[in-house]
Amino acid sequence: MDAISGLALGFGNALTLANLGWALLGCFLGTAIGVLPGIGPALTIALLLPITFTVSATGAFILFCGILYGAMYGGSTTSILLNTPGEGGSIMTALEGAKMARSGRAGPALATAAIGSFVAGTIGTLGIAFLGPVVVELALKLGPAEYFALMVLCFITVSAVLGGSVLRGLTSLAFGLTLGLIGIDLQTGQPRLTFGLPELFDGVSVVLVAVALFAVGETLHLAWRYAEGKSEILPVGRISMSRAEWRRSLGPWFRGSALGFPFGVMPAGGSEMPTMLSYYTERKLASPEAQAEFGTRGAIEGVAGPEAANNAAAAGTLVPMLTLGLPTSATAAIMLSAFQSYGIQPGPLLFTAQAELIWTLIASLFIANVMLVILNLPLVGLWARILKIPQPQLYAGILVFATIGTYGISNSVVDLMLLYGIGIIAMFMRRFDFPVAPVVIGMILGPMAEQAMRQALTISQGDWTTFVTRPISAAILALAVLALAGPRLYAAWLRRAA
Amino acid sequence: MPDRRADIGAAAFVLLLGLIGFWQAIAIPTSPIYAQVGPKAVPFAVATGLTLLGGLLMLVALRGGWSRDIEDLNDAPVNRRAIALMMASLLANLVLIVPFGFTIAATAQFVLVAAAFGSRAHGRNLLIAFLVSLGAYTLFVKLLGVNIGAGLIEGLIFGSPV
Repeated sequence: MDAISGLALGFGNALTLANLGWALLGCFLGTAIGVLPGIGPALTIALLLPITFTVSATGAFILFCGILYGAMYGGSTTSILLNTPGEGGSIMTALEGAKMARSGRAGPALATAAIGSFVAGTIGTLGIAFLGPVVVELALKLGPAEYFALMVLCFITVSAVLGGSVLRGLTSLAFGLTLGLIGIDLQTGQPRLTFGLPELFDGVSVVLVAVALFAVGETLHLAWRYAEGKSEILPVGRISMSRAEWRRSLGPWFRGSALGFPFGVMPAGGSEMPTMLSYYTERKLASPEAQAEFGTRGAIEGVAGPEAANNAAAAGTLVPMLTLGLPTSATAAIMLSAFQSYGIQPGPLLFTAQAELIWTLIASLFIANVMLVILNLPLVGLWARILKIPQPQLYAGILVFATIGTYGISNSVVDLMLLYGIGIIAMFMRRFDFPVAPVVIGMILGPMAEQAMRQALTISQGDWTTFVTRPISAAILALAVLALAGPRLYAAWLRRAA
Repeated sequence: MPDRRADIGAAAFVLLLGLIGFWQAIAIPTSPIYAQVGPKAVPFAVATGLTLLGGLLMLVALRGGWSRDIEDLNDAPVNRRAIALMMASLLANLVLIVPFGFTIAATAQFVLVAAAFGSRAHGRNLLIAFLVSLGAYTLFVKLLGVNIGAGLIEGLIFGSPV
């Protein structure tokens, strides 16, 4: 199905009352959790996974995508008013946004962030609609060997290229892969890494690990270094932009979207890189008087660009997730496991086998974007009020809901012990600066990669060279090696040249 | 240098995980079903990787470690009271949830976590905790049909567990 007829079908489905309701609920929840420091979309979707037992697949995914988009909008509010970026992608927004708020211009900063998010979200969703079918076309030509190579590339970029240290990134990935191995081997029925405990035969649930990493580990780590004291919330002011501010924002919105989307699509995902690039681009391109505002009073270009890049990247991560079944962010990984709990295998066949679901989802993304800009422009004062929830009760509530999310699935105390055990490991991971996203991605993608590898080897009758003799697979693996070794070789070369 | 010793501990933990991985990979019985790659290959590969990474981290740790480069660590001192209360909250939930049900376990956990983050209004927290837990229980059990652990309070309000 091509994009136009797909969208026509999708909008027809998405505009029903029930689906609009799910979209609105998702946007509302997403914005709220985006505003709250300490919880992100990955955790929220993980906690809501039990609804997959009762709600239809379409409704659930509309809700999840609303949460994903909403969290991006909400995150900018916290960055600007509290100067505490909730995730990597909003660090750059906080840089200029908080300075604007401090100089009494929180209103324009919030407005440019919201409208920029709308522009980027719309461009990004258009990108999904038109790029998705093209990627699917290509993906259908890939065999298990190529898939395995793609997953290896994904592992390398997520753990070794993003983040501070290759060594620690890869260690997180290996930990995730180990967790993914626990349970019965699908091909031979052998229990693996279960220590003989029957409770582990079904494997460790992804929800449990995500909740342990993002809720338990996070709150424990916060408590570890907790120093009492109130953080200052800057006043919101009037949400409007002057004609000059519109003119100054327009370019950054589009440039930011153009930068962010490709980064989201590539398996090298992540929103740190495009937001940073956008920030420095805008700083370079700004007029001399605007340049003087960068780092001092706060420049509106420095909010508009990175915020658009952040949103476009988030939309971009949906492309590999929906077309290839490859998650490149923790949130996408959790959504992938939601697909699995409906018995739907994400991958190139999704666009044909579940065409209605996919196009309804994409149409809902457009609708969610419109809802979000409406929810965020006039109601920003309401969201700012959420920031006043005192931290002790907020974190206590997060931990209680984390427990529900785990205990509710299995009613097993063994699972609770696992939750807290992995949570304590996650606390130490935060302390020693090990990234947590590779754990989730390794855990979900690991078993899929093993499956693809064993299929490829069955096809090649045990010949391991199949991965390097098939041209596409060899090229992808070469990219992975380059991603791992490239930066190091470049640094060595620079040192020799110096 | 205390930081270096902490890093050595972290590296040792990764090494230990790798060795546990090996132990469990060896414990997998060899499959009677013919396959090009059996169920043991990948567990061995991952365990090898984890052990190797643990070894490399140990080398880095012995050379002075990486913690000294983490800026956040120098900002705030360790809050022992908070971390002790947090651990107590986890333990309280584990011990209480089976005999007394979700509401009581979650209430105890909520109050302890709030105290860890410096709240002193214990009475008010108790009330909030009780209402939040009971509300969450009602939401999950009655609306979503997910059982999150019935017990004393739940039995009193909603009758005997479903």
